[in-house]
Amino acid sequence: MKKYLPSFVTFLLLLGLWELVVRAFQVRSFILPAPSLIGKTIYRTLPLLGKHSLHTITEALIGFSLAIAAGILLAVLMGLVPFIKRTLYPLTVISQTVPIMAIAPLLIIWFGYGMLPKVIVVALVCFFPITVSLVEGLDNTDNDMIKLLLAMGASQWQIFKKVKFPGAMPAFFSGMKISATYSVMGAVIGEWLGASKGLGVFMTRSMKSFLTEQVFASIIVITLLSLILFALIEILGRVLMPWYYQ
Amino acid sequence: MLKIVGVSKTYIAGGGKDRENSLLPTLNNISLSISKGEFVSIIGPSGCGKSTLFNLISGLEQPDQGRILLQDQDIIGEKGHVSYMMQKDLLLPWRTILDNCILGLELRQIAKAEARKKAMQMLQEFNLEKFASSYPPHLSGGMRQRVAFLRTMLADKEILLLDEPFGALDALTKSEMHDWLAQICQKYHPTVLFITHDVEEALFLSDRIYVLSSRPADVKIELKVDFPRPRQRRILVDQQFIKMKKELLEALFA
Repeated sequence: MKKYLPSFVTFLLLLGLWELVVRAFQVRSFILPAPSLIGKTIYRTLPLLGKHSLHTITEALIGFSLAIAAGILLAVLMGLVPFIKRTLYPLTVISQTVPIMAIAPLLIIWFGYGMLPKVIVVALVCFFPITVSLVEGLDNTDNDMIKLLLAMGASQWQIFKKVKFPGAMPAFFSGMKISATYSVMGAVIGEWLGASKGLGVFMTRSMKSFLTEQVFASIIVITLLSLILFALIEILGRVLMPWYYQ
Repeated sequence: MLKIVGVSKTYIAGGGKDRENSLLPTLNNISLSISKGEFVSIIGPSGCGKSTLFNLISGLEQPDQGRILLQDQDIIGEKGHVSYMMQKDLLLPWRTILDNCILGLELRQIAKAEARKKAMQMLQEFNLEKFASSYPPHLSGGMRQRVAFLRTMLADKEILLLDEPFGALDALTKSEMHDWLAQICQKYHPTVLFITHDVEEALFLSDRIYVLSSRPADVKIELKVDFPRPRQRRILVDQQFIKMKKELLEALFA
């Protein structure tokens, strides 16, 4: 915990500076609310924030899980069959350059205002880091190790199961951590474009009413949710790969 | 047991700018043999194709000419007859020492519990049992190579191919490893084919030594080493030992 102390102190100093500037120049709260006001707002709107968060986090978790499942499936296929990798890997990279903000409205047109389009946005955003990191992890196996196993008569599947896949786990977890932080954001973007519940809705409604302190409140909740998800993946990694963290 | 008869191998090196492929003759009509339980070393200058020879024996590559016979059966291109050990320990960092040792047994679909039992006995026998549940990074280089060797032994293949296994160790650790290895071979009589640059190492450990020429490699001399076993370090200064060392070095640098 000690190593985070400098970051924490810097963060507090910045907050203090913010508070000071807002008070000294009497900045109006719809332009920039003071941290103290944001704190109070969070406390006041807690039940509402909770309800919307639950909705957003559900979308994020479903989308994230789908991305993990699809990412593992595709990466494993690419790892086992070179032809599939040659064909699909470039397409996967290109697909990532399509701006998600442009896709999201289409998803609303196709799938309506329910949960599904948000889940798809999250899955699309999370899919790429997971797949790429797992593919690269699988590729990073020591060639001499493969040679050693082949000489002993191992099958391709045995090599995959015993060496390539376990060896790719640290890279896979890095990818999942990146995706975890994207997932909540993905859900919020989905909600911006049309929804009846969720932090994205809370945010747009607050913005339109010039309740800037509520916008900031939802930003903080989004950040916290992302951090919690990140931490959960980190903990899972430490439990599943004790060898990597010692 | 293993007979290599007139084996040649030429690689086609990828062309440079002019896209013209050049031929790279690597092994030139090599013949050698090793009997069951024998410890045979192969010495040769760097890059002479010793590792190519190992790839041929292990079935990873195929020779252009010649035959490779294991107990009179042609094994060209057949994998699974040998187990391999290299300069890198290649232990899997996510497996404990015990589970690293059973890798070869697992490949043969032997139940984990049984494989672990067998490996544990071996670890105990060689005083490594205190490391059984440690992970590889916690062991010194010498200890890791011991574990890598046990893994190679436990794979229970007809031939052990050791490719400069102690090349990365410091001199002192290396001589400890020699005593250790000699002791194991004395007890289990594995059939070992050992690649090295180190003439002294080869003489101390081997029953027989082949010296290969530089690329394209052929067998320059074959030398029988008949010091009684178990061998003591003091044979390193024995007149006969020094004479043989001279002979090997002359063949190597001639």
